[in-house]
Amino acid sequence: MENILEQIGIDNYIYLSTLLFCVGAFGVLYRRNAIVMFMSIEIMLNAVNLLLVAFSTYHQDAAGQVFVFFSMAVAAAEVAVGLAILVAVYRNIKNIDIDNLKKLKG
Amino acid sequence: MLTLFYILSAITLGTAFLTIFSKNPIHSAIYLVLCFFSIAGHYLMFNAQFLAIVHIIVYSGAIMILMLFTIMLMNLNKEGEKSKNAWSQIAAVISFCLLALVLLATFIKAQQPEYNYATKGADFQSIKVLGQVLLNDYMVPFEFASVLLLVSMIGAVLLSKKEHINN
Repeated sequence: MENILEQIGIDNYIYLSTLLFCVGAFGVLYRRNAIVMFMSIEIMLNAVNLLLVAFSTYHQDAAGQVFVFFSMAVAAAEVAVGLAILVAVYRNIKNIDIDNLKKLKG
Repeated sequence: MLTLFYILSAITLGTAFLTIFSKNPIHSAIYLVLCFFSIAGHYLMFNAQFLAIVHIIVYSGAIMILMLFTIMLMNLNKEGEKSKNAWSQIAAVISFCLLALVLLATFIKAQQPEYNYATKGADFQSIKVLGQVLLNDYMVPFEFASVLLLVSMIGAVLLSKKEHINN
């Protein structure tokens, strides 16, 4: 059973995950729409998952993939609660523009 | 294989950028589904079939359906969103470039001189082996994950109950 990383190289996966993580961080900073910010957080989580799988293949160890399962479970829980919070916010201020959520600023 | 990797990576990064730059949140969600499918393609290249299936079911299935329903519930499927002011956008672009520069430079400089792609010869990522690892070594975290999902389900129901904050 040959290792796919022999042909591609782990460094390419490191660069891809780094760039994907940076794109996610950029999305959080760039947009005002809270749902698109959530999607950017999902992109960041996926970048980390991809790197975990790459290193799990590199070390030929299944533990990295088990961590990815747990990370997916936590991501699903996070999205469910986060979208519920967004729905509650939308009911009260009628939009989800994060620039309107500064009541704690004083 | 290297060509396939480059094509998949281009799709992943391109759709991630399109997710951020689309004005319409529905288009963002569609591009994000494409991004998740290309990441599942990466998992398939690693021969991690079970993980790819679970990724498609959880992300492209459950999470994106949840997001699309929320977008439609809030009636956000129009392009009327105001963008941030110019200074915030310039600051976001600059911080993106700096973050990418610092992280990429770190990983390029921190490279090992040579990698050891040893293969054990044993099958380590089939459903059988993964299930044994998950239910033998990681039994307690597995149970805690189920508790976490239950708590988040109850929390989501409680939070989205009809309730107005006066003033």
